[in-house]
Amino acid sequence: MISVSDLTVRFGGVTPLDRMTVNFERGTCGLIGPNGAGKTTFFNVLSGFVRPVEGTVHAFDEDLLKMTHYRRARWGVRRTFQTEQAIEELSVYDNVAMIHEHSKMTGGSRREDVLGAIEFVKLDIDPYAKVGSLGAAQRRLVEVARAVVGKPRLVLLDEPAAGLPDEETALLGDVIRAIPEHMGALVILVDHDMSLVSHCCEVTAVLDFGKLLASGPTEEVLRDERVIRAYLGTEEIAA
Amino acid sequence: MKTEASAPAAETAATSQGSALAAARAGRRLEPRSMVRPAVIAALLACVLLFVPSIFSLYYVDAWTQVAIYSIVTLGLGLLVGRVGMVSLGQGAVLAMGAWVSARLLFATGLPFPLVLLAGGLITMVLGTLVGLPALRMSGLYLALITLMLAGAITVVLQNINFPNGGHGFTGYNASTVHIPPIRRPAIAASDPAFFRYSVVVAILMFLLVLVHLRGRPGRAWAAIRQSEAASLAGGINTTLFKLWAFALASFITGIAGGLVAGSFRYLNSLTFSTADSITLLAVVLMGGAYSMTGAIVAAFLLKFLQALLNDWGVSPDWLTILFGIGVLQVLTTAPRGIVEQMPKDLARLGRLIRGLLGRPTTTRESAE
Ligand SMILES: Nc1ncnc2c1ncn2[C@@H]1O[C@H](COP(=O)(O)OP(=O)(O)O)[C@@H](O)[C@H]1O
Ligand SMILES: [Mg+2]
Repeated sequence: MISVSDLTVRFGGVTPLDRMTVNFERGTCGLIGPNGAGKTTFFNVLSGFVRPVEGTVHAFDEDLLKMTHYRRARWGVRRTFQTEQAIEELSVYDNVAMIHEHSKMTGGSRREDVLGAIEFVKLDIDPYAKVGSLGAAQRRLVEVARAVVGKPRLVLLDEPAAGLPDEETALLGDVIRAIPEHMGALVILVDHDMSLVSHCCEVTAVLDFGKLLASGPTEEVLRDERVIRAYLGTEEIAA
Repeated sequence: MKTEASAPAAETAATSQGSALAAARAGRRLEPRSMVRPAVIAALLACVLLFVPSIFSLYYVDAWTQVAIYSIVTLGLGLLVGRVGMVSLGQGAVLAMGAWVSARLLFATGLPFPLVLLAGGLITMVLGTLVGLPALRMSGLYLALITLMLAGAITVVLQNINFPNGGHGFTGYNASTVHIPPIRRPAIAASDPAFFRYSVVVAILMFLLVLVHLRGRPGRAWAAIRQSEAASLAGGINTTLFKLWAFALASFITGIAGGLVAGSFRYLNSLTFSTADSITLLAVVLMGGAYSMTGAIVAAFLLKFLQALLNDWGVSPDWLTILFGIGVLQVLTTAPRGIVEQMPKDLARLGRLIRGLLGRPTTTRESAE
């Protein structure tokens, strides 16, 4: 459970987050909104790259904003990036092991955890292959494996399906859906693919110009007049 | 290469369901192939140790000694530049500090040579890490410039407080120019060929030390930092700690190399080191290939062996500077991963060209690039 209240971020004259207040209870929660709505900025606040001028974030009753950025990962915040960031020079195994060895939230032995995470994301390749030699979809899966290895508490996925073909997106959706149950983490999924969001998330929050526009069961939110209008203002809703 | 490999990899993943991962789970790690490389390298090194001193004249044995010693220095700089992405122009000064500290210790104490090397390495590690402190705040050109300025400052300081030359005690300076005792060498390596072997063995130990780091936790963290600082932080990596760790390791081995430099030159004075050395070091590291350990050896060869060769042939060393300038330009424009990775590609291309000229069918002309 994470609760965000009055979260405000300013970059000079831009206010990407404007008194954002929302709760994410459990399972996989969606976070949608037009481009520039502030979704990535919200993730950056959670991972400690951006300091808000106002507001609080409590995650499982801890004040997240008080923690140094690299300590948040140790505590259990994991994320993927809008532009995929798996480490090219390292093997798939080392990519995942690297997160594990800097995390306090570990389950069993490193080897078991790492191979378990690779298996969990249904990545059936030689774990000792270099990430630099993999295709786009596989790299995305490596990044997801990095986000779920061990025992994360909060997994932030920033447009994990961007640029993937439909079949790959469907496979990824099954993986994302299974994270809360198998890994015990709260997942926040940002994506523009509404079929992926409906497939994975029971509840969804909508951001527009840094403000919370709506939140609730995904079905209802996607039918909400204001949400449709916000999206029509910038682009067609992808269904 | 990259785009080519991805397509077949995706196919394998689809067809051989569960096999690759299952094999990894079963613990298939030590493939026979992985043992070939270390064996070949060990055999090569044994040959070097055995035969170099008997094949070459004393002049060239000394040149090879310098190659061995400087390969440690280029290894350290390659670690910073290639693995972590921090361009330091201060490593020449770090080497001078290592030589200076070791020379002082050799004159002032009766410690055995290996202990002096170790102590010199550790002291240089502390000093060198200080030179690296700006890396925590800046990167790229700014880091390069500030480390260069620090190097200049260190060189000036060392010049003014004098290299030890056999006077009494830790700070002893012998103003006489006639009776200067030489810097002590280890008893088992008093002669030049023996000191060559000694240096190679020390260099091997330093390469192994770095290899252990690269294969382990620090190596993974460095690879992450080089690619993306944000992703490293999000992965729980204390980037400050690991950047300093890289500088500490590079400075430690460079300090050890400094001790060897002191032992090899016997008469050390501050003129042996100049700020320009730091720049030349970076140039050869980029030419050799900052991303691999073999690149460090190539870099040291370019720096020290070519120098000795030109000297022997009576060619002005200025040509070397020009050569390095052109070399760096070429590397930065066409072969960013250095000679070590470019050579095999060029040779393959040459091979295809020759085969083409001989009229044989060349099937893989397109796919190889
Ligand atoms: N570092 C930054 N400096 C200035 N403006 C920024 C910065 N990061 C994001 N912004 C602005 O904040 C707004 C929200 O961006 P972002 O959070 O990336 O949106 P989203 O991920 O929802 O598409 C945009 O107007 C963007 O231009
Ligand atoms: Mg975004």
